[in-house]
Amino acid sequence: MNEKAMRKSRWITTVFLIIIIGITYLSAMITKFNFIDGIATLPKALSWIFANLWITQETWERLPAILGKLNETIFMSIAATTLAAIISLFLGLMGSKTTKVNNVFSMLARLIASFSRNIPVVAWSLILLISFGQNSLTGFLALFVGTLGFLTRAFIESIDEASQSAVEALQATGATYAQIVNKAVIPQSLPQMLSWILFMIETNIRSATLVGILTGTGIGYTFDLYYKSLNYNAVALVTFTIVIAVIIIELISNRIRKVIL
Amino acid sequence: MEILRGGAQPKQTYIKRTRTGRINIKAGNKVELVTKWTIAMLSVLTIMAFFFFDYTGLQLERAITETAYNLKTMFLEPTLSHFSWGEAFYQIGITVGLGILATVIGAIIALFLAFLAAENLSKPWISKTVRVVVAFIRAVPTVLWVLIFAIAAGLGSEAAVLGMLFHSIAYLVKAFSESFEEVDPGILDAMRATGSNWWHMVTHGVLPSTFTYLLSWTFLRFEINFGVAVAMGAAAGAGGIGFELFMASGFYFDLREVGFITYAILIIAIFLEIVSTQLKNRYFPAATKN
Repeated sequence: MNEKAMRKSRWITTVFLIIIIGITYLSAMITKFNFIDGIATLPKALSWIFANLWITQETWERLPAILGKLNETIFMSIAATTLAAIISLFLGLMGSKTTKVNNVFSMLARLIASFSRNIPVVAWSLILLISFGQNSLTGFLALFVGTLGFLTRAFIESIDEASQSAVEALQATGATYAQIVNKAVIPQSLPQMLSWILFMIETNIRSATLVGILTGTGIGYTFDLYYKSLNYNAVALVTFTIVIAVIIIELISNRIRKVIL
Repeated sequence: MEILRGGAQPKQTYIKRTRTGRINIKAGNKVELVTKWTIAMLSVLTIMAFFFFDYTGLQLERAITETAYNLKTMFLEPTLSHFSWGEAFYQIGITVGLGILATVIGAIIALFLAFLAAENLSKPWISKTVRVVVAFIRAVPTVLWVLIFAIAAGLGSEAAVLGMLFHSIAYLVKAFSESFEEVDPGILDAMRATGSNWWHMVTHGVLPSTFTYLLSWTFLRFEINFGVAVAMGAAAGAGGIGFELFMASGFYFDLREVGFITYAILIIAIFLEIVSTQLKNRYFPAATKN
């Protein structure tokens, strides 16, 4: 790199940093975020957490009820992910360049995916809550719609990546569409897809907490109840069980991923 | 013959044998087995899930027709009734602002932690400790962080940004430290040979060669943080367009306004997605999983 180019790149970096600082300052103004307050809050908040968020003896009695709700949440996210994966597989096959039937279906599949992915899960859960009411199905459907969009995009990418030459080879032998998909596309992209499904289950358990707070289902609702009744020891216990559940599921799926990828 | 036997010899070692020394004649392998089991387990758990669900107050048929009608009202007749266009833009600005603040501050903190987490720039025990802490932080959902901070700091942008920071840092530390670990070890060796200290290695060796990656990862996180900011507005009272969405659907039951807000969020989200897809294709053509 010569001197001139180096100076230019340094100049660009400087301008870039100034723009970022400007944008940050602007966002701080608009959100009324005070940096000094923010920094001052941190030690205060942390010391509050260490002082109050302890699991006491009596809160352990609530454990069975909490675990029941956690169970519901985990099942909700697994069911939402698995069912979304089945439909995403079809949408992915429609949307991918190598396996699409025609351009209209391909566009349609991509459009459905983009629509369900980019409308946030919050909006879906609020919309569904109005008519489905406060039960597990609302949370399930909200997670399902968001997962559908995300997995379709991921599946389209995995199918595009994996199967070009095998598909061509099978086409040359005169294989039917179903044969091509069954023997070439799915075997090649299955490990990648499974890895995405596992990733989505992990993500969904965390989102399920959020959806639960909004729709009054599962562990999110339990958290919200204790939070609003200022029972911070129970809040700590709920948080603790969620952390354990998420870590266990992460460990299991890392194990599976190590074998299949 | 000699050649043939010689060629066949090393293959013997690849034959799978059971513990007793017999040749394993079962079809399939471990990968296939694990794949099959994973799919089977997921299917069983999914079916079980529908028996565990709590269906209180559900009238499925009515709910579906109502939702269809609601969706039609939302998406075909979006209007604003409780606030003006100017207010709408301001609220969107707040949400985007929260996302930017959490991303920028998170990126700065994550940069330093990533130096500690990268195996080629730090000691093994430090890098391991940072990774364990990050894994723990990731396990607590963002909304819980925000709500917990809201107790101590009061509702407002401080609690929201601090709560969102945790996950941004966790995500970016992982991404940044992986980029650092991919730096050509030759560069670091050459700098070490000239006697440069750790700080020189970072500023002149590691940062210049990873700068574009760091920026792309930061932008990818911003895309996520926008969605998170909407969610925090709705669930944790952090303000912005998410809070308006919550009010419109939960308090006013104004589906047309919900439709308008959803469109506003959709437009920004799609714009961010297009930009980040371009970044991904340009800088990370291979896998881009988090």
